[in-house]
Amino acid sequence: MSFINTKTKEVQVKVVFVGPGRGGKTTNLEYIFSRIRHRIQSDMVSIKTQGDRTLFFDFLPFELGAIKGYQVKTQLYTVPGQVKYNATRKLVLKGVDGIVFVADSAVDRRENNIRSFENLRENLGFYDIDLTTIPLVFQYNKRDLATQGIPILDVNTLESDLNAQLKAPSFTASALTGDNVIPTVKKAIAITMVATRDKLL
Amino acid sequence: MSYILDQEQLDGLEEALTTDLMTLGIQSVILIDMAGNVIVNLDNGKVSHDVYSLAALAAGNFGAVNAMASIIGEEEFSLLFHKGKSENINFTKILDDFLLVSIFGNDVSLGYLRLKIDDVIKKIKVLIDPKRLK
Repeated sequence: MSFINTKTKEVQVKVVFVGPGRGGKTTNLEYIFSRIRHRIQSDMVSIKTQGDRTLFFDFLPFELGAIKGYQVKTQLYTVPGQVKYNATRKLVLKGVDGIVFVADSAVDRRENNIRSFENLRENLGFYDIDLTTIPLVFQYNKRDLATQGIPILDVNTLESDLNAQLKAPSFTASALTGDNVIPTVKKAIAITMVATRDKLL
Repeated sequence: MSYILDQEQLDGLEEALTTDLMTLGIQSVILIDMAGNVIVNLDNGKVSHDVYSLAALAAGNFGAVNAMASIIGEEEFSLLFHKGKSENINFTKILDDFLLVSIFGNDVSLGYLRLKIDDVIKKIKVLIDPKRLK
């Protein structure tokens, strides 16, 4: 639910990182926070279980700079990935403007990626949001696993599992090392801003 | 839903919240939407909260409470209140998509505050009538 404040010349947009549990969504936000913490006033907010899994959401607000005289305030959220937390996952998606789907590249996580993506489709449907129209970027995370000898899915397989019809922008990445994390979020914000501008201005 | 509020609407919201609530001596009042966006943020000049984090948590909290309401067969809990040692927080839903968050000390009567919130909500509903939103 993007909001344009014509008095303060401010645009607020909500971008949500979704994907299977333990796929690296929170690690993405932690890396982004580590890169921008010197220039933002807010802390990253995390609501976690005792076992350090995301229970409700992580939240990171930051200012992107100005576009056409409007200051862009981006609110980054993650959702809990575990199947059992669907009620809270659905709540965080309320008012979403853009999505980053963080897929796990490990071979044994393939089914989890597909199930999580189907769950996203269902949850967006609850808010009458169509996956084919909402700004969406795929991130194929944990590419660094290959260096540890852990088998990973090739990009063609991930694309065909998740992105065959949508043809959304996609990035291979390693949230742990920060590789391609910033380009992923930049792309997500850029296409979200284009959609917001088309809708509102 | 995406929406724009113009200068006249935002001025009207600020005026109503200042006149009806801030003059009671409350610490701060924040009007947010259910996506966690901050629409109006007013305070008494003595506090500096992280308003954007507060808004995200308030929207999530309210959403969670409403989900609980639905599980026990209630349509919604339209009003939510947390009491602290010296500061308290009151949440009131406005229309389907907005939430008024009032933070106030023990020197402010909750009953009177709720009465004033009822008054200000009538004004807010006129200003952010969905028919007026782009």
